[in-house]
Amino acid sequence: MKTIELKGIKKVYQMGADVEVHALRGIDFTIETGEFVAIMGASGSGKSTLMNIIGCLDSVTAGDYFLDGVHVNDLDKLQLAGIRNHKIGFVFQGFNLLPRTTALENVELPLLYDRRGRIKEPRKKAIEALERVGLGDRMDHEPNRLSGGQQQRVTIARALVNEPALILADEPTGNLDTTTSVEVMTVFQQLNREGITIILVTHEQDIARYAGRIIRLRDGLILKDEPIKDYRSAADDLIELRAAGEALEHGESREATVR
Amino acid sequence: MKWKNLIKVAFKSIMKNRMRSLLTVLGIIIGVGAVIALVSIGQGASASIEKQISGLGSNLIMIFPGHARVGGVSFGAQSHRTITLDDFKRLEKETTLLKAMSPMVRSGGQVIAGDKNWATSINGVSPNYLEIRDWGLTKGEFVTARDVLARRKVAVLGKTVAAELYGDADPVGQRIRIGNIPFQVIGVLKERGQGMGGQDQDDVILAPYTTVLYRMSDGKNINTIMASAVSTEKMNAAYEEIRKVLRESHKLLPGDDDDFNLRSQTDIIETAANVTGIMTMVLGAIAGVSLLVGGIGIMNIMLVSVTERTREIGIRLAIGARGGDILVQFLIEAVTLSLIGGVIGILSGIGLGKMIANLINMSIIVNPVVVFGAFFFSGAVGIFFGFYPAMKASKLNPIDALHYE
Repeated sequence: MKTIELKGIKKVYQMGADVEVHALRGIDFTIETGEFVAIMGASGSGKSTLMNIIGCLDSVTAGDYFLDGVHVNDLDKLQLAGIRNHKIGFVFQGFNLLPRTTALENVELPLLYDRRGRIKEPRKKAIEALERVGLGDRMDHEPNRLSGGQQQRVTIARALVNEPALILADEPTGNLDTTTSVEVMTVFQQLNREGITIILVTHEQDIARYAGRIIRLRDGLILKDEPIKDYRSAADDLIELRAAGEALEHGESREATVR
Repeated sequence: MKWKNLIKVAFKSIMKNRMRSLLTVLGIIIGVGAVIALVSIGQGASASIEKQISGLGSNLIMIFPGHARVGGVSFGAQSHRTITLDDFKRLEKETTLLKAMSPMVRSGGQVIAGDKNWATSINGVSPNYLEIRDWGLTKGEFVTARDVLARRKVAVLGKTVAAELYGDADPVGQRIRIGNIPFQVIGVLKERGQGMGGQDQDDVILAPYTTVLYRMSDGKNINTIMASAVSTEKMNAAYEEIRKVLRESHKLLPGDDDDFNLRSQTDIIETAANVTGIMTMVLGAIAGVSLLVGGIGIMNIMLVSVTERTREIGIRLAIGARGGDILVQFLIEAVTLSLIGGVIGILSGIGLGKMIANLINMSIIVNPVVVFGAFFFSGAVGIFFGFYPAMKASKLNPIDALHYE
């Protein structure tokens, strides 16, 4: 089943009277349900524009976009809000939790905007989502009392809670150190194994390696679209990183003892 | 999003900036507080005025001489004495809706008792005057029909006069002189206190109207007739009856103006109500201006809040909030803010009113209509002034909002 189908997507920004910026010049690809795809590219390559279009935050100039079988081009503003709510889970770079609002309330938020009344017990659902990302014991913490990695995991829980067709992560590790980044990638890989389709937009090669397929963009066109057969396991890397970290600490303490 | 959540979010945002929120709603607090305090005091005052007016007597109708016109020149009220004893007799005979009536012939003079003297007014009245005025005696008895018939020189003293001439001693049976005419004191009136204009109603001597009319006046014209209608419902009918009789008695042609004036306590109450109405309008204007100022304060702070929370708005839009959800969220925040101001204003207004009323020894009336009015009006101010910032928030582009620093 196709979760995403892009056909000849073009996006032109009108800057002033006669300056046109061609951000996307014709993008075609399909993402099957259950895939874990990284979209890479330098700044100016059009990856942010592509992400906004896939996220139904921006409209296309030309081409067709189908998300989970829905022709997004035809939708109006209110329907787009609905699509974002039901079909997409967003994970943004940096701090995108509501301040002074507990982890649980943050995760619950998309359910409160769900007009279909599909989910009868939003609280229970939000608790489940937090437990799924391993934060069952931090539910009543506010963002300023959570570490960067924990905050990003709350965001992932929030993206999950509405059972979306797709999780869309924009530089999810942008503000995190290596160990924490790998920790977050562990969560993504685990969710992907459970069958969730994930699109990861990043410019970091190290992070893209954890995906099963990499689409590289340059100047608004696809440069390369290749599957990664031997993608890395974030869980294994995390064990290694932690072991190295401990060794380093031990080394330091041994030095301290010698001295 | 459910109301419960929206209100919770609004409170959270307001409580996050307590000081700022308090300063923002200060305009509303002052406006609502001032109005509640002043209206409560005003209504307390007008209630006590109404009480004084109805203290004039039950269903009282006063008949005064009108103003004379000579060749189109009006000489003002009471310039021409047109109420005569004949009028009084005709009214007594021909009206059916008056249960009691009394002339009131005014005179005045120096009253002498032993070595004391006192200047006061002497009113000539009939025996049922006390009934008409809802008045009574503390000592002795009142003027009788025989006194009137015989033009006896008897006098009933007001409390003030009795106190001035006799102190604590009993004046009944004593002899006094009014001008050169000797009178015998037969009674003392109950204390009545200040009248509407602040005059001392107890500084008076009552005597049979015939005595005053023939011995101290011109024997023909009486200044005023006091009448009491049979019931409050019949007041207007009684009015018309009096007019008809007096017009006939004065031989007025159909096109002529009345040459007499009728006044009832209802008229006076209406006049007082007019004054209260003007006061209410002035208060309304004050309230309007301060609520306008308060509303602008709210609009200002809501605009700041929208800018501060652009990222939050972006996140909400991205995860599926519609523009309408954001609009409602900020509107509710503005309304909550202004309602908090309204409630604090109402409470402090009542407190202030009570304090002022205590100082000037009066009671206040807190009208629930005014309280609810103030509450809903402050809510309306929140909606009106919160709308523009909320609209602005709801129109934000999610992409720009998300990347706002």
